[in-house]
Amino acid sequence: MRTLATLSLLLISVAAHAETAQQIRQIYATEAATQQAGFTPSAKRGETLFRQRFALNDKMPACTSCHTDSPLNAGQHAVTGKSVKPLAVAANAERFADPAKVEKWFGRNCKEVVGRACTPAEKADFVAYMSEVR
Amino acid sequence: MKRLALIALLGFALPAFADRMPLPANTPASFKTECGGCHLAYPPALLAAKDWQRTMAGLKDHFGTDATVDAKTGQEIAAFLERNAGNPEKLGGAGEPPRITQTARFVRKHREVSAKTWSDPRVKSKANCEACHRGAANGSFSEHEITMPQGLR
Repeated sequence: MRTLATLSLLLISVAAHAETAQQIRQIYATEAATQQAGFTPSAKRGETLFRQRFALNDKMPACTSCHTDSPLNAGQHAVTGKSVKPLAVAANAERFADPAKVEKWFGRNCKEVVGRACTPAEKADFVAYMSEVR
Repeated sequence: MKRLALIALLGFALPAFADRMPLPANTPASFKTECGGCHLAYPPALLAAKDWQRTMAGLKDHFGTDATVDAKTGQEIAAFLERNAGNPEKLGGAGEPPRITQTARFVRKHREVSAKTWSDPRVKSKANCEACHRGAANGSFSEHEITMPQGLR
């Protein structure tokens, strides 16, 4: 019994600390599918979102304003000048590994650049692009 | 004579100490992740306690960005900042909203930096300490550890 409890605790902690981009994409895709039957994430749509110019914010008209035209490159914050590590998992293994962190930055950046919260479908597409781009 | 030399040496050494501002060992992780996400996690000593209070109270519009954090994290960060805040008499007023770069101390220390340097794309902003203070993330702001981007002075 005790072993079982320890084992399940271990499983929970593993799940909490070692999410992969794949799992995070799946969380968003499942959420999107409840709103849109048959939804499948698309890296191509994710790329379109990444490159779209929303032009709501003078200094940050698009994701690329800070993250550059290639998610494989390091970027620079458009206001503060701070360096930003690459978004693509292929270039930065720390990306899309912590669901709370991913959700926090979608929250901030969508509001600031897109002008609204991103939908679960958009998030799933975006994560798909960032985990597939080479 | 020897004592005089010692005093003189101490005089030289003291300003150097003020340029070492590493984050305390007990800095909450939330300060580094929340405040260090978009800019350097600035040393708390660069702003007076009352200015940190105003900054934390205005996170909803933090220089144009919504930088709000949950209540528990906000309290943790505010307490840390106030505990380690700088001396208001040495810093001088920080303006409204408070800016580290408006304190008399910052202005005096950077009086030789040209407008061309501030607007260089590699510097971009006075908020970008690390453009020249390469060791800023470790608390090094010493005059001897400044490396300007190539071509700037």
